[in-house]
Amino acid sequence: MASAGEAPGGEDTHVEKKKKASERYWEEPGKDGNQTEKNDGESKQLQHKKAEKSRKRKLEHKPRDQSRGKNFLSGKTDPFPGPAPVPKDRIQKFKRKEDMSKPRHKRHKLRQLITQSEDASKMSQNQAARFDLLLPEDAGFLEGDEGEDTCTISQNDIADAVDLASSAKYFNLKLSQFGPYRLDYSKTGRHLVLGGRRGHIACLDWQSKQLMCEINVMESINDVKWLHSESMYAVAQKKWLYIYDSNGIELHCIRKFNDVLRMQFLPYHFLLATVSATSFLQYLDVSVGKEVAAICTKTGRLDVMCQNPYNAIIHLGHANGTVTLWSPNQKEALVKMLCHQGGVRSVSVDKTGLYMVTSGMDKKLKVYDIRTFKPLKSYFLPAGASCLSLSQKGLLSAATGDIVQVYRDVWSTPVTKPYMAHRVRGAVSGLHFCPFEDVLGVGHGDGFTSMLVPGAGEPNFDGLDANPYRSAKQRQEWEVKALLEKIQPELISLNPNKLGEVDRATFEQRHQDRVEALGFDPLAKQKFVPKFKKKGRSSSGAVERRKKQVAHEDQRELIKNTIEQKMRTEKEQEWKIKESVVFRKKSALDRFKK
Amino acid sequence: MKLKKSKKIKKRPGINDETSAVSDEMQEEDSEDIAAVPDAIRYDEDEGEEDLNPELKEQVGPGHRLLGRGHRSTRLEERSEAALLVSEFGANAEGDGAKIELSDLLPTASKKAQKQIETLKKSNRTLDTPLSRQETERIHRDVAFQKVATEVSQWKSVIQQNQQAEQLVFPLNQEPSGPKPIEHVVAGWKAQTPLEQEIFAVLNANKQPINNPILTPAEEESIKAMSLEEAKIRRAELQKARALQSYYEAKARRDRKIKSKKYRKVHNKAKRKEMLKQFDEMVKTNPEGALEELKKLEMGRMQERMSLKHQNSGKWAKSKAIMAKYDEDARKAMQQQLEINKELTQKVATALNNDEEDEDDEEEADTEEVLPDFVNDVEKAGDASNPWMRGKLTEEEQEKEQESKMAEEVILLEDEEEMEEEVNEEEKLLREFENRRKQQEEDIVDETALSEFTSIIRGLTQKPEVETIVDNSTPLEEGLTRIQTLEDTEKLQETDISETAEPEVVEIVQADETAKETSTKKAKKRKRNIELKEVITKESRVVTVPLKVTTEEVGEEDMEDEMDQRGLIKEAFAGDDVISDFLKEKRKKEDAGKPKAIDLTLPGWGEWGGKGLKPSRKKRQRFRTKPAQAVVRKDAKLPEVIMSEQRDKSITLHQVSSLPFPFENYAQFESTIRCPLGRTWNSEKTVKKVTLPRVVTQLGAIIEPMGREELKKSQQQKAEPHTATNQKKGPNNISNLLVI
Repeated sequence: MASAGEAPGGEDTHVEKKKKASERYWEEPGKDGNQTEKNDGESKQLQHKKAEKSRKRKLEHKPRDQSRGKNFLSGKTDPFPGPAPVPKDRIQKFKRKEDMSKPRHKRHKLRQLITQSEDASKMSQNQAARFDLLLPEDAGFLEGDEGEDTCTISQNDIADAVDLASSAKYFNLKLSQFGPYRLDYSKTGRHLVLGGRRGHIACLDWQSKQLMCEINVMESINDVKWLHSESMYAVAQKKWLYIYDSNGIELHCIRKFNDVLRMQFLPYHFLLATVSATSFLQYLDVSVGKEVAAICTKTGRLDVMCQNPYNAIIHLGHANGTVTLWSPNQKEALVKMLCHQGGVRSVSVDKTGLYMVTSGMDKKLKVYDIRTFKPLKSYFLPAGASCLSLSQKGLLSAATGDIVQVYRDVWSTPVTKPYMAHRVRGAVSGLHFCPFEDVLGVGHGDGFTSMLVPGAGEPNFDGLDANPYRSAKQRQEWEVKALLEKIQPELISLNPNKLGEVDRATFEQRHQDRVEALGFDPLAKQKFVPKFKKKGRSSSGAVERRKKQVAHEDQRELIKNTIEQKMRTEKEQEWKIKESVVFRKKSALDRFKK
Repeated sequence: MKLKKSKKIKKRPGINDETSAVSDEMQEEDSEDIAAVPDAIRYDEDEGEEDLNPELKEQVGPGHRLLGRGHRSTRLEERSEAALLVSEFGANAEGDGAKIELSDLLPTASKKAQKQIETLKKSNRTLDTPLSRQETERIHRDVAFQKVATEVSQWKSVIQQNQQAEQLVFPLNQEPSGPKPIEHVVAGWKAQTPLEQEIFAVLNANKQPINNPILTPAEEESIKAMSLEEAKIRRAELQKARALQSYYEAKARRDRKIKSKKYRKVHNKAKRKEMLKQFDEMVKTNPEGALEELKKLEMGRMQERMSLKHQNSGKWAKSKAIMAKYDEDARKAMQQQLEINKELTQKVATALNNDEEDEDDEEEADTEEVLPDFVNDVEKAGDASNPWMRGKLTEEEQEKEQESKMAEEVILLEDEEEMEEEVNEEEKLLREFENRRKQQEEDIVDETALSEFTSIIRGLTQKPEVETIVDNSTPLEEGLTRIQTLEDTEKLQETDISETAEPEVVEIVQADETAKETSTKKAKKRKRNIELKEVITKESRVVTVPLKVTTEEVGEEDMEDEMDQRGLIKEAFAGDDVISDFLKEKRKKEDAGKPKAIDLTLPGWGEWGGKGLKPSRKKRQRFRTKPAQAVVRKDAKLPEVIMSEQRDKSITLHQVSSLPFPFENYAQFESTIRCPLGRTWNSEKTVKKVTLPRVVTQLGAIIEPMGREELKKSQQQKAEPHTATNQKKGPNNISNLLVI
């Protein structure tokens, strides 16, 4: 389903074929480049001329090179000399930094360093742009017939239209006994864990519908979450936090984490962030099993939570309409923003970390630019959204009661109606888009529904990061590498690029930090303690006298210096005056002066 | 004593012999005489021997230096018998007063040497005293240093290259392994076996192609050659052309040399006339070309008008101006200059030009007529910031467009008038007034249609009739929708598909009273630049869902069961509380962050103290330290956001704390470390390049110091610069030390 274009389109299919054929490496390189050429042919020509000129100049410099590169023994010349060109817009996509201005003075070492780093960055940029060619899959989407709303198309229609493999991804699990379900997909999107409110946990490889384990913990369950891989998951139960493995064996019961209501897992930091009914936000490092931070938010019961995948900041929603942003390094909310008049019901942040979508009790759905903290769009949903989820491609799913709606482009264009809508049996309690698949998982009162949402998932996956098709061996290897590349929790901050900046704190600030860390001031002058002397010479009076000798030494020095300075200047001035009197030319009229 | 000594010395091979040797000898013979004399004195005497013994000097002659210094080791045997005229060299001066000639001392000297001796004899110049040992040594050292320095400085480039190289591979001079490209192999191939050599010799002898098998040199030559006739014709043509050219040049030169002013004047006039004639013809035949010509003329005219060439402002003109009072000619010349200027700046009147001019005139007239309006406008907008001064409030683009349209209309109208040629000035004026009045009326309409924002500024003098829709993209200036009454909320609840066809209408239509209320409130709270309430209660778009909610949510959201009236009311009125709480919190945070004034007054000092007595105001002022200016908060411009001002200390441990060596500023350094190096973000090739080790050594290989060959190689490379980016040249023994 990830590549909707693969679906053999029937006559009355709703699943649209990809409009643009995906790029293949054997096709002409840079189709779009050709288009632009047409647009500004003249400028291109000019550029071409310039390029030719410069090439000529180069050739003059290096005649040997040219002869070596061009002339083959057979007498043929290379029709495409040099490396294949890469389209400019694609290079721009991978741009990491601006070019630096080189120092004007002759600083060979610096110049060399700068040129080297620039070369490296240019090379990486070019290479990345070149290899972008290897990601040919495009996301498809649903397109209705003329006059037909896409939101009226039912799931059954879609499932009928698509290929067998994709249609198998639409299914319902009727689990009415242990009622409303929470769910979570693993990072690769292969595995699904379901947690029923009344204690039912099921792990399954949902694509092959293979059940990995199914248990009942005989306790109420608040949330379930996969840890870094599909071999372990955390369950927030009535009292404590538990960790189970994929066979349903209880690995840990973590008593430090009580009354947990919601959880988020930060995959690159190996941190499990939990929020509890006691208004605590806690971070658990799952690689070493240590609690990294416990922050009392003092905002009451916390049951709205999401993470910003871009910078690993945790967003919490509160009953007073505010959304707060947290990192494990500060006991205070990094940002607190008032989003709704009523309480916040759900929060979600998109993959790129640009947009935050919130829904509140005031039945509004708001879109924020999370970098500037400014509202972008505001929508009024007649029934209000209880759950929100954003897909990798930026589709927003919102649940109102028993209806799941999916919206497209909520931040760029004002939306008036959903892209898709689907009714499930029972109120929705959990929503999740499956990564790398065009599937939306819905947990509700009557079980679980897997919906088809064309265009939801990222079609190109990174095989080294999250490979849906990896074997057990590959997973093990990945685990080791991921652990080696684990990011320390101290690096979590609003701006993830901060690590690349020089710490410009003043000396005072740094000293303050040091004092705080050490518990004492290493630069402070030690107090003078007079030596103990025998024979009655350490009487309190004598001690005081001795202290007095040393007291205010620095001040005394200062005073001494200033006085000396003063004296010197005075003397100089006097001398000057004298000098002027002595050496002044006497005029004849001086005799009359008095 | 002196005499004795002289006898002794005569026996010795050289006068300049070391004194110690002398003293040795002397001690043996003169022991009875000099026993008492201390060593030092004896030494002195020996030093002075040259001066004291002219006799001896004569005997030996000036060539004594040539004999060189004797060596201590070559000690001569002592002779005990007293023989006055016996010399150890076998050179005897015959007779009593005879002298030993130099040539006697060098009986076998070559002719050249003898000549040299002759010249030496002739020259009376005394020799310089030899430099002291220290000085000579210093000179030697200097020379040696320079020599070594030049030698070492040859390595400088090699060292620099190696220091700058991205990678060095040891041992040096490794032949690149692996197969070579075929071109290289073939290009380097030479005939080696006798058979091959023979074949190539034959080929060379017959001028057959060896590398480029297309044409033999002979063939090429034959191709190059032409037939005789053709060559002759061509030559004749060339000759003719050259002759013609020379004639023409001569004529032109003659022409140019004519100095007569009259001739020039006539000439120029004729030229001009002819040009005009041509131009007129061109107008008929080739209008496009004519236009171009016209443009050229215009250009010339423009240039003339721009330049100061004939304006009598040059150096010459100024000098003439001084003379003009007395000199008729000068006056005339100046006059002429001005005339020229006039002539050149005159417009060329042609058929094409005339029309345009007419049009221009018309346009000018138009602009003149329209001008008053523009002028008024400018005056109005004199103070852009003050809406009172403008007379009308913020101008929107639409309005502007309208105005421009209006202006166009006026122009059109007046054009028509002119076409009719019934130019009545009074009528015109009347019309203008009318137009103005119309515009003013429209302005008033526009004013009423202005946004709420402006109405507040105007002090609520006029009734705000209709609230306008403002663009959704600028949230801070948006109109305000607030659910105030129950009916409103119900309305919102009822919104259905039919309503949402025009979603904006719902939000925008409001009771006039509420709008009034809010506006007055806002006017009061105008102190803050952005109002939080506006932001929170901003207009929102209603979204419709095709399906209706059937089930109520259960579980934790139990409270929603009773979401009928009470819930709605709560929802509607919850906002105020939330907002005020938030504002309070924010203010608290702001206050906490502000630096506070410290009061250091001590009551009772310098005045009476006690119960009910306060220190005087003057004193309090004096002892109050002023707070430093508060730093602008990050959220100063975001009313609905509180941002923490705490410094994140945790990351500072991992950050670079000071600027590393060669960098001059932070930006440089930061940009060099901005690109990630890891495999996650880069292609394999890039990673390899970026993480290249600086020095690579082959396991088990002996790394020898760099030899002279390397130097030669690097010099060659310099001579013909090579493109290899990472040259894998090794350093010499010196640079080895420097690099590693």
